[in-house]
Amino acid sequence: MISFEMPKPIVNLTSMTKMVAENMMRPVSRYFDDHEHEIPWDYINFMHDASQQLGGAMVTEEPKEKKEEEPEKKKYPPIGYQRLAHMAEMLSWGDTGLYLCSPVGLLGAAAVSATGTPEQKKRFLSRFQGDKPVFDGMAMTEPHAGSEMPSMTRTTAVLDGKEWVLNGEKIFVTAGHKALVDSEGFIVVWATIDPKAGRAGVRPFVVEAGTPGCTVTKLEHKLGIRASDTASVVLQDCRIPFENILGSAEIEEKTEKGFKGAMATFDVSRPLVAASALGIARATLEFLKEKLVEAVVSLRSGLPRSRMTNLEREVTDMEVMLRSAWLLVLKACWMMDNRKPNNLEASMAKVKAGDVVVKITQRAVELLGPLGYSKEILVEKWFRDAKINDLYEGTGQINRLIVARRILDYSRHELS
Amino acid sequence: MYSFEPSEEQAMLIDAVKRFATNDLKPVAHDADEEKELSFDLIEKGWELGVLQASIPEEYGGFGEHSAVTGVLAGEELAYGDLAGAMAVMAPGSYVLPLLLGGTEEQKKALLAPVIEAEWKPYVAAFIESRFDFYPGEMDTTAKPNGDSYILNGEKVMVPFADKAEAFLVFANLDGKTQAFIVPPNAEGIIVGDREGLLGIQALPTYRLKINEVKVPKDARVGVEDGFNPELVIASSNVAVAAMAIGVARAAYEYARDYAKERVAFGGPIAQKQSIAFMLAEMAMEIEAHRLLVWEAAWKLDEGKEDAPHAAFIALSGVSEMTMMVTDRAVQILGGYGYIREYPAELWMRNGRGIPTFPGLAFV
Repeated sequence: MISFEMPKPIVNLTSMTKMVAENMMRPVSRYFDDHEHEIPWDYINFMHDASQQLGGAMVTEEPKEKKEEEPEKKKYPPIGYQRLAHMAEMLSWGDTGLYLCSPVGLLGAAAVSATGTPEQKKRFLSRFQGDKPVFDGMAMTEPHAGSEMPSMTRTTAVLDGKEWVLNGEKIFVTAGHKALVDSEGFIVVWATIDPKAGRAGVRPFVVEAGTPGCTVTKLEHKLGIRASDTASVVLQDCRIPFENILGSAEIEEKTEKGFKGAMATFDVSRPLVAASALGIARATLEFLKEKLVEAVVSLRSGLPRSRMTNLEREVTDMEVMLRSAWLLVLKACWMMDNRKPNNLEASMAKVKAGDVVVKITQRAVELLGPLGYSKEILVEKWFRDAKINDLYEGTGQINRLIVARRILDYSRHELS
Repeated sequence: MYSFEPSEEQAMLIDAVKRFATNDLKPVAHDADEEKELSFDLIEKGWELGVLQASIPEEYGGFGEHSAVTGVLAGEELAYGDLAGAMAVMAPGSYVLPLLLGGTEEQKKALLAPVIEAEWKPYVAAFIESRFDFYPGEMDTTAKPNGDSYILNGEKVMVPFADKAEAFLVFANLDGKTQAFIVPPNAEGIIVGDREGLLGIQALPTYRLKINEVKVPKDARVGVEDGFNPELVIASSNVAVAAMAIGVARAAYEYARDYAKERVAFGGPIAQKQSIAFMLAEMAMEIEAHRLLVWEAAWKLDEGKEDAPHAAFIALSGVSEMTMMVTDRAVQILGGYGYIREYPAELWMRNGRGIPTFPGLAFV
């Protein structure tokens, strides 16, 4: 039965998250944008405590969730990813840079949660429920290749006895410094176990903080999301236990099964990144509407375009963009929760959300004139923060390519 | 709980509608547009699927319950076959559904069964007016109380099957509020004009309707004394038209997609060029995103959510632009063939442009 009723647990959660966004994020939003690489410990510690009270990491762990749920809720279908999407959206509505500093398990944890064995989930995810805040990251991009990863990876993983030996350089690791230096966290490193096997040989590996041979070498200075560190990580004879490989260690060149299994990570992470993007878009649209209403600009509903003012048209278009993108995100997450293949929908959500947040923030700066361009308000910051969503976790173009291959039933050789 | 899955019952109905749209409507869409005519047998076959009947409770002659969500699911499928055909089959809905939504118990008991239980008959709404900034919330056609009757005055356009209508549901401005009145076709002052020529939906016969000092009794007003909330009735139409637009866009997209895989240029199918593949990817993505917008608006109508009219407006607004974009791109992907009437793309483009103008022609 088609329904758009927000599940009760999510209603409660979003109202709490909203308070966090309003009280813990917005007031310090400008400060951490001005002080790049300063770590927002107040927010982090608060989120860590809050997350403990809410029963641990935000990453979905099916067995744990069931235990927590009250008896009458047991018949509910799973909503873990829908919940995560709502939370990502609301925290990004607060401040997307700070959201990316949340010690609750984000992209790295999503990879473990999507592809790890029960033992791995326990080993790597339980740390988010520990005494101290812990961060995680995803190390995919290399200096010579972004969208063409992972098939172009030069990072290698060689089995030596019961250990993998990792060598290579990763860049653009979101929260890499926090994960490896500032906490007992981990990053998920994509490396090849057989350079001759092409992408069939590529696997994600968990590299924990403090592992010798894994060094953070650089922190980037960015257009936006400045509260979040973006790190370069060098792996030099970095030894990790055999059990840190996510998914199968076998190479099946024809089916690329092991590789494809690992790529399921993105079916989880892309809708969540899209959700976070839309938090910025909603913040911007709400702010714009507030300012217009303050200025006694009427925003009427229901008129034909020929009767609307330009501002009414702009706002209507933004509402259309935002809502339709959000529903794509929700559907992609709902499919994930219900174990339906969502690769197409995940990429669609990512493309659309990236487009939408960029358009809405760009228009808002323009429509607000000197106000929009000024650092007195946050719209110019949201404009800068927004753009990352069209770039990370696959650019808008690579995700279009994925959508196109899916709908045309083409392999990557047939359409590149 | 969120869910994006139609119920089993809905899935069965949609399946039947899809078969009709694909096997019956689609193959004749081109000729019907050229000849500006749909056969009665075809319309009757579509009517017998029972889409409207399933939306009417038993006590009024139907066999189901009203659901805007079911309505949009069926509307998309029908229009996927052909928009004019979809509007023809569903034309009695433009009479029945406003009555169901806004009529008194007495009106519903008396007026719905004769339409619902019979074969397809042209009971139709007279809704749209000829002005560039036509707005359903503020019509030029007026209804003035006059003792125990109302006097209607005005002029309507795009009234389907007006030449052989069994009855009209005339929408008019009553003290600034849009209301509807049942008008028999032979009422004094009703003048059916010539068949109209339109940019698209040419297979649907539409007419101008002059309403000259037409006197109807008090109980001809839908909802009688209290009338109805026009916002909800307008929203119902916005959502219905938006749903049909999704069907038009989907048909255009699928055709362009399949064409692009067949058509070879510079040594390979044009679908293997990013310039074409990305267009198709965006078409697919926007169709899906806007479909969900339409579903949500329909769901809000069913649930009686306060913001349902706004959601319906947002859905129609977005879908209008999306359908134009998708149908235009379908023509573009077909290149010169897109412009040739032997190919279907140009018809979808003409139909697609009408979406923002069509509210009043269909309801859910």
